[in-house]
Amino acid sequence: MRHRQAIALLSTVGFFVALYLWLYKIGVIGSLQCGTGECEYVQSSRYAWLFGQPVAVYGVAGYLVLLVVALVGLQPRFLPSRVPTRLLAALAGVGFAFTLYLTAIELFVLHAICRWCVVSAAIMTAITVVAIVALRSSSPAPRTGP
Amino acid sequence: MSRFYAVLVAVALIAGVLIWKGSRAGASEAATSNAPPVPINAADSAFPGYVLGSDTAPVEVVEYADLQCPHCGEFSVVQFPTIREQLINTGRLRWRFRDFPLQFPWSRLSALAGQCAGEQGKFWEMADALYQAQADWGRSSRNPSSRFRDMARQIGLDGSRFDACLDSRRYEGRIEASRLQGEAKGVSGTPTFFVNGRLHDFPGGATSDAVQKVVDSVSAARH
Repeated sequence: MRHRQAIALLSTVGFFVALYLWLYKIGVIGSLQCGTGECEYVQSSRYAWLFGQPVAVYGVAGYLVLLVVALVGLQPRFLPSRVPTRLLAALAGVGFAFTLYLTAIELFVLHAICRWCVVSAAIMTAITVVAIVALRSSSPAPRTGP
Repeated sequence: MSRFYAVLVAVALIAGVLIWKGSRAGASEAATSNAPPVPINAADSAFPGYVLGSDTAPVEVVEYADLQCPHCGEFSVVQFPTIREQLINTGRLRWRFRDFPLQFPWSRLSALAGQCAGEQGKFWEMADALYQAQADWGRSSRNPSSRFRDMARQIGLDGSRFDACLDSRRYEGRIEASRLQGEAKGVSGTPTFFVNGRLHDFPGGATSDAVQKVVDSVSAARH
């Protein structure tokens, strides 16, 4: 239960970080609060778009799905089930792979770091770690004896 | 459990308030930067942009760009030399540059540098120099004015005339007029291209091959 709660909390924060970047991208927020000044550089690059949509949209959707699955998994009828745990681990895996791709673009292609992207990457990494720990700890005990 | 939901709601509320405050700050910043508005006269509005290529070329591409925008820089450095050599220099394509400054720290200053070089007939040389060195000045928080002045001298401009132009900011109205005209046509980001007056999206990216295909198809349709 604790794992799902942790993922729900982390997903909520991640959702708002992605929302902030998305609102900037669609012009609702005039400028990003970014100490290094490289956020706008990263956000205006062509890598900030994927399949015609701002990358942040995928972040908003991804964190929202993680949040919903974690909250559903916290409902009493789903607490004993391992399905939400597996689903969270699978979603976190996809999110983490996407995060690795975006971080690689920042480091090796753009040579610039967006502080908010780093925050999102840290959150997704934490979610992945929690999801893996949950998956391992909820594994059925090996059978012993005949 | 109820304590968990209380924490979740508190986190959501705090994050929501922070974003709302951020958006308000952004809005007020934008309002401040727009005040006083840049005066635009008739000559500013009538300026058609800088043109490269033959007047009789059958295809004209208008590019709305920001000299600090990294995607514009990438396009200019990687793709544009081939477009220039294969399509513009051969008389098949005419290219028109229009300023569309975004909200980068030096968008307007670099646009002014371009216009001040254009005043001496070297807009394209300056644009090329700015794009080539964009990774240095574009990502620095330090004011790049002195860098622009050095570039002006390197491309053979009259340095003191360029400096006076940059200091006077006399082309601010022309730049703003170009931005407003782009906005009226639906430009929201850079680079945005219009082919013979029609907004053209390059789905796979604006590569020299993609531009060549467009030129080929428009030329074929005219015959």
